Amino acid sequence: MTEPIVRLEGVAKRFGDVAAVDGVDLEIGTGELFALLGGSGCGKTTLLRLLAGFEAPDAGRILIGGRDMADVPPHRRPVNMMFQSYALFPHMDVTANIAYGLRREGLARGEIATRVAEALALVKLDGLGARRPAQLSGGQRQRVALARALVKRPKLLLLDEPLAALDRKLREGTRFELVRLQEQLGLTFVMVTHDQEEAMSMATRLAVMNAGRIAQTGTPHDLYERPASRFVADFVGIANILDLGDGRWLAIRPEKIGLSVDRPETAHAIAGNILDVAYEGDRSLYRVAVKGGPVMLVSRTNMLRLERESFGRGQHVWLGWSSDAGQVLNE
Amino acid sequence: MAPPPAPVADASRCTRPPPDMRTAIALPFAWLIVFFLLPFALVMTIALGTNAPDAAPPVALGLSLDNFKLLFTDDLYVAAWLNSLRIAATSTMVTLLLGYPMAYAIARAAPERRPLLLTLVVLPFWTSFLIRVYAWMGLLAENGILNQFLRWTGLVPHPGTILGTEWAVHIGIVYAYLPFMVLPLYAALEKLDWGLLEAAADLGARPTVAFLTVTLPLSLPGIVAGCLLVFIPAVGEFVIPDLLGGTGTLMIGKVLWDEFFTNGDWPLASAVAICLLVLLVGPIALFQRQQARSLERRP
Repeated sequence: MTEPIVRLEGVAKRFGDVAAVDGVDLEIGTGELFALLGGSGCGKTTLLRLLAGFEAPDAGRILIGGRDMADVPPHRRPVNMMFQSYALFPHMDVTANIAYGLRREGLARGEIATRVAEALALVKLDGLGARRPAQLSGGQRQRVALARALVKRPKLLLLDEPLAALDRKLREGTRFELVRLQEQLGLTFVMVTHDQEEAMSMATRLAVMNAGRIAQTGTPHDLYERPASRFVADFVGIANILDLGDGRWLAIRPEKIGLSVDRPETAHAIAGNILDVAYEGDRSLYRVAVKGGPVMLVSRTNMLRLERESFGRGQHVWLGWSSDAGQVLNE
Repeated sequence: MAPPPAPVADASRCTRPPPDMRTAIALPFAWLIVFFLLPFALVMTIALGTNAPDAAPPVALGLSLDNFKLLFTDDLYVAAWLNSLRIAATSTMVTLLLGYPMAYAIARAAPERRPLLLTLVVLPFWTSFLIRVYAWMGLLAENGILNQFLRWTGLVPHPGTILGTEWAVHIGIVYAYLPFMVLPLYAALEKLDWGLLEAAADLGARPTVAFLTVTLPLSLPGIVAGCLLVFIPAVGEFVIPDLLGGTGTLMIGKVLWDEFFTNGDWPLASAVAICLLVLLVGPIALFQRQQARSLERRP
């Protein structure tokens, strides 16, 4: 990992009886696109707000760029945030919204105008500077919020559910757009999301959070192929979790399991009956009731344009997987 | 982006209202005609007449503009008018400065505590306005509670009498009209998205700068509404200057009363009333326009 720009040491934050963040240690390297992934109430947004300075930790230390942030108020931190609601100023036009942060730095008028124009071009909103936020579409507002945060050239950009308010089509395009900007500008992004697909496809590294703690940190590949716990295996993607006894489990992904009519030659093979088939176009998901075991999910890529499924409901099939197809878990 | 659809349905509804709707619209109009326009015409008729002390009522009808001319040429009336404007303006400013922090604190209080705080703001309305102003006479008198307190602290050994001065009028107006300032300010501040202040801080604004660039402009409709709600009635205020102000404080409402009850000059009193109304049309229209605009802006 590169030199860390963010370092959290034993950070905790309580709201009344609830431990929102419960002892988090984390390092985020310069130039990373780091995602905090978790369900609602897992503490990911609180963690982001602690970085921005909107909340003060009850315990632990937060260092940004090597500096302890304990006594640094939000308006003096070298970070900028893109809010989930965008928080655009409704009484200002797009230009004034983007210029707001630069005016607080006391820059000259000409310099502000140049940088605002650059920022507008960067997010492809040229010509919309005179509009009010209310006159923009959801996608345009999202880009104004991004431009307003980027124009300050922060070392660290915090993004709170940056794509959550966009519709599905727009979300996919914007995903690549954000990654392009992050790489082009060489910034560090810390992004909060509840969408594991979003986190997996964008982040260089991610942390899965659960009940205020970090369950696992790693690259998307690490988390998917080598989950550390049943929680992570289940939260990131789909996993079949088989109880091996003695407090050990096997997590195996549906696409790592082969489906065949005859008993396969693989290291592990088990027979069952197909309960359901879910056709999703690119692939089909099969729910298979294994004799004396749980219901297992198996997925198959639909490579041929056959009208009829090769496997049907109620059919007797064999499941097979190799010895290294799954991950053995201790928790 | 597609242009928003034209409000066709609304336009047709305005030009041709259905019969039951016409009745609904006619009712307030009838009310205004009976209780505003007719009395106004009556007052106008009296104002154009001349004083006839021996007649009953003491008016000789005519078409004379002498009463209006007198109002603009006699220093007393001009001074009373300017005084009223000045006192109303300064009282409004003080009410704003006191009311803004109150409204702000209520808007930022925990949601379950806000109803209680708002009730406390309107609590004085449970007692008659007149009685509350009388109570201030007791507080501000030579040996009133305020002076006793000032003597007791020893800071002001010989406090002068506040009652009967312009100070007392200011205190009375600020006290009586404070709720009319706090409520519209609260309504504006309560709608404010506090996340915007976090965004301002995040972009490098100190709390004071964030207040001046975000909170203040976004609460401007509340400020305008509150100021006009205090200023308009304060200009024509009669009870407060009469009971608290004494003879030295000249305000247009008091002049009107004196012309009518003391001098028995109905036509001149009517002319004063009409001038007061006409001169307040400006601020009232401003208030109406601002209210309409804030209604339109609501999503």
